[in-house]
Amino acid sequence: MTDVLIVGAGPAGMTAAIYARRAAKSVLVLEARSYGGQIVNTPDIENYPVEAHISGFDFATRLYEQAKALGAEFRFEKAVEIRVDGDVKTVVTPKNEYEAKTVIVATGSDPRKLGVEGEDRLVGRGVSYCATCDGAFFRKKTVAVVGGGNTAVEDALYLADLAEKVYLIHRREGFRADEATLKKLKARENVEFVLNATVTALHAEKRLTGIDVTDKDGNMRHIELNGLFAAVGRIPENQNFSQIIELDAAGYAVADESCRTKTPGVFVAGDNRTKDVRQLVTAAADGAVAASAAIKYLSE
Amino acid sequence: MVYQVNESNFESEVLQSPVPVLVDFNATWCGPCRMLKPVLEQLAEERPDVKVVSVDVDEAPELAEEYDVSSIPCVVLMKNGQEADRSVGFMPKDGLLALIGG
Repeated sequence: MTDVLIVGAGPAGMTAAIYARRAAKSVLVLEARSYGGQIVNTPDIENYPVEAHISGFDFATRLYEQAKALGAEFRFEKAVEIRVDGDVKTVVTPKNEYEAKTVIVATGSDPRKLGVEGEDRLVGRGVSYCATCDGAFFRKKTVAVVGGGNTAVEDALYLADLAEKVYLIHRREGFRADEATLKKLKARENVEFVLNATVTALHAEKRLTGIDVTDKDGNMRHIELNGLFAAVGRIPENQNFSQIIELDAAGYAVADESCRTKTPGVFVAGDNRTKDVRQLVTAAADGAVAASAAIKYLSE
Repeated sequence: MVYQVNESNFESEVLQSPVPVLVDFNATWCGPCRMLKPVLEQLAEERPDVKVVSVDVDEAPELAEEYDVSSIPCVVLMKNGQEADRSVGFMPKDGLLALIGG
């Protein structure tokens, strides 16, 4: 039986693996996709202590090598269920079942979809959830960003440097984004704000060619464009674990800074936890805290 | 072995290939693409019946445009010169095997 089973090999999960291994606990990390999580998409990290510049790929790879060198085992399988029977936790994947004394859920989050018909089919053919990843394909083209938070406004600013024209579509008048960034965006001549409106249809042949937006009074407008970037928040990947972890209305795992959940021996770390600041450094910090809590639980 | 393909040899290496081809559209600056690379190399080793090629979208932007690639990594399965299927984003080996079929 594994001492500490970690679900998710992002910065939180891999940091937890380092802490648990250094305490000589056996560690298994399960990951549905590739190690690294969301940070892999970041071309240049500039806000992590000590390293002034490092790519997300290099950061993730070095963290992975560090955890592996300490003896953490990695398996690339998706955890679909966690069963708790007293002190024994069983983590279920499509292929296997793993028993563990403690589990740290560090599954992170996925981008929220717009929920417009045809969206899934057009991902990678004009629809995107990551401006810094896919912006380069829209040089001198027309794009729209959907959303009203910091991500949406920053994405629109980034795209305004590349694209011919950028629409910012937001369902309300007011923005959650900070005023300074918003002011920068408003100063751009190639940015048009489409407010109090939502995307109601996607038009495509082989790839996206246009969208319909509908305002709060029901007026529809057609916009021809090449790219649509959704920045309407993220969905924490906790859905499979709601039996053993309390979730808030938005789906985040309810846990305080101790990373403890309502189930003894089950902890959460990283972006899928309720918290104010979701950054690389806070994910790593969660990993350390959750692992320390797991180590303490094992000694009790 | 994953072959580097560009506009000059796409026709001969991909469109005229007698065996199915997995075309990996990628770029050096793309993290998930770099994650996918070793997976594709392993797949190429294990499946000699499928050819695996890599297209750098910065070096061959016309190919990316022609195949409507707007997000990478994008792996396109080509059979007899025609697109049979594709997958966007990082994909573990099992997913790529499912894409190829069999």
